[in-house]
Amino acid sequence: MKKIASLARIAMTDAEIEAMVPEFNGILGWVEQLGEVDVTGIEPMTAVIPNTLRLREDVVTDGNIRDKVLANAPAAEHGFFGVPKVIE
Amino acid sequence: MTELTDLGIADIRNGVRAGTFSAREVATAFNARVAEAKALNAFMIDTPDHALAAADAIDAKRAAGEDLPIMAGVPIGMKDLFCTVGVEARAASEILNGFKPTYESTVSQKLWDAGAGMLGKLNMDQFAMGSSNETSAFGNVISPWRRNDGSNAPLAPGGSSGGSSAAISARLCPGATGTDTGGSIRQPAAFTGISGIKPTYGRCSRWGVIAFASSLDQAGPMARDVRDCAIMLEAMSGFDPKDSTSLDLAVPNWEAGLSSDLKGKRVGIPKEYRMDGMNADVAAVWDKAADWLRDAGAEIVEVSLPHTRYALPAYYIIAPAEASSNLARYDGVRYGQRTLPDGAGLQDMYAATRAAGFGAEVRRRIMIGTYVLSAGFYDAYYTQAQKVRALIARDFAQVWDHCDVLLAPTAPSAAFGLGENSEDPIAMYLNDVFAVPASLAGLPAMSVPGGLDSQGLPLGLQIIGKPLDEQGVLNAGLAIEERAGFTARPAQWW
Repeated sequence: MKKIASLARIAMTDAEIEAMVPEFNGILGWVEQLGEVDVTGIEPMTAVIPNTLRLREDVVTDGNIRDKVLANAPAAEHGFFGVPKVIE
Repeated sequence: MTELTDLGIADIRNGVRAGTFSAREVATAFNARVAEAKALNAFMIDTPDHALAAADAIDAKRAAGEDLPIMAGVPIGMKDLFCTVGVEARAASEILNGFKPTYESTVSQKLWDAGAGMLGKLNMDQFAMGSSNETSAFGNVISPWRRNDGSNAPLAPGGSSGGSSAAISARLCPGATGTDTGGSIRQPAAFTGISGIKPTYGRCSRWGVIAFASSLDQAGPMARDVRDCAIMLEAMSGFDPKDSTSLDLAVPNWEAGLSSDLKGKRVGIPKEYRMDGMNADVAAVWDKAADWLRDAGAEIVEVSLPHTRYALPAYYIIAPAEASSNLARYDGVRYGQRTLPDGAGLQDMYAATRAAGFGAEVRRRIMIGTYVLSAGFYDAYYTQAQKVRALIARDFAQVWDHCDVLLAPTAPSAAFGLGENSEDPIAMYLNDVFAVPASLAGLPAMSVPGGLDSQGLPLGLQIIGKPLDEQGVLNAGLAIEERAGFTARPAQWW
């Protein structure tokens, strides 16, 4: 559970993890019934409605909107997204 | 004269076109009605100026003798999942606190181009994850409906489009946008005695709609009757190069094609939907609807969709998997709120931001999705679910050899009380048992009111159609609507 929380980048206390375990087991136990379906020779679905991915002209269609892109950032500085110091 | 706020989309548009009243009068009346309905908590943000500006533009067009578009002078509610320029879009969450889009969703732009205006942003389940509107960071929406036992217990308006359904049934707006990932248009429509249609996947652009599960998410209209749904769906649909799964097809004229004459049509009753212990009122209205459709000229046939019972568990793997991927973008860097504990590094900031910003149900689904996609479990869960999904879609494809549309209940019961299902996630998930299969197969499906149950609460009937046959779905819905004679509306207590 701690591993999943860390993969999902969600901080959880030990108490929160403990509370989630039975819920998680309940949901996973319930979805496990899918294992009984015979799927021999069935391809996993990739598109609900047959549709081909389109190609378009390789030209610039957007851009030069830096201020708009940054307008909602919690900490935009000098035309960039600001983040805490990363020291590895 | 009838109150303007009692009019639906078609009547408002026709009245504005004829000059019976002005678009400004309509917008003013609805703005006032929204403002006095705070007890329902349906609208999160009111945008009266947007509605008035759109109305004035229509009135000016009329004065200039121009043709008026299909939603001329119709003020609507906008589910908070849609981005509209300069108005906060939060998906009813904390993590998007303060997010004001600098762009307009394709669907909302199409609605404005069709002459509509916005009364405000509608409350919803957080990130559209829920079936009762109890996961919103803005608090529960209260259904305008009450049981006939005098208890006044607050009821769920359904979810996730619960603000939309409550607002329409309370006559705060004649129509509203909804989105449907696994029943989020149809189930709330059923709970509140209104109509709503989820079109074929790809009809409405997803661009600018905050993503939940991209292979399932589909926008659609919610309104008081079938005709109004047809008009609004026409306005919302159409090809959009900005959405890679948008269908490059012309938008049919669904309103003009409406006909309740079903001669020569076959209506399938899927036998697997008749479940053990089924609610008696739901079963009774379902039987009645089959009679109504027979009366409209259709032949009723029993059909089989053998993998129905696996739809819900498949959905609860696929939807959380896609959600865990889509919601990875909320990192406290680009938009919304950031939580930065003292001395925290980048990874700690991500984790703290997401812990503080996502509600419990959203966290639960991200965790489930992360787990089923993780190394070693991917094939057992995700690949298996996508194979089962292919079988569910094949069931539907085979059934179209025997019938033109399917008739089923929309939900297993009428609206439940707030808090009654919130302890057990699976009990809540079961609400969408009839709605999810059509979502997994990308099919058009709508809910129309069928009658009231023994508690005096609305029950919905669901029509599921072939891919791209929204017209067939709307027409069967119209045939039910004409025979159900559903005129009940909640008494105003708010």
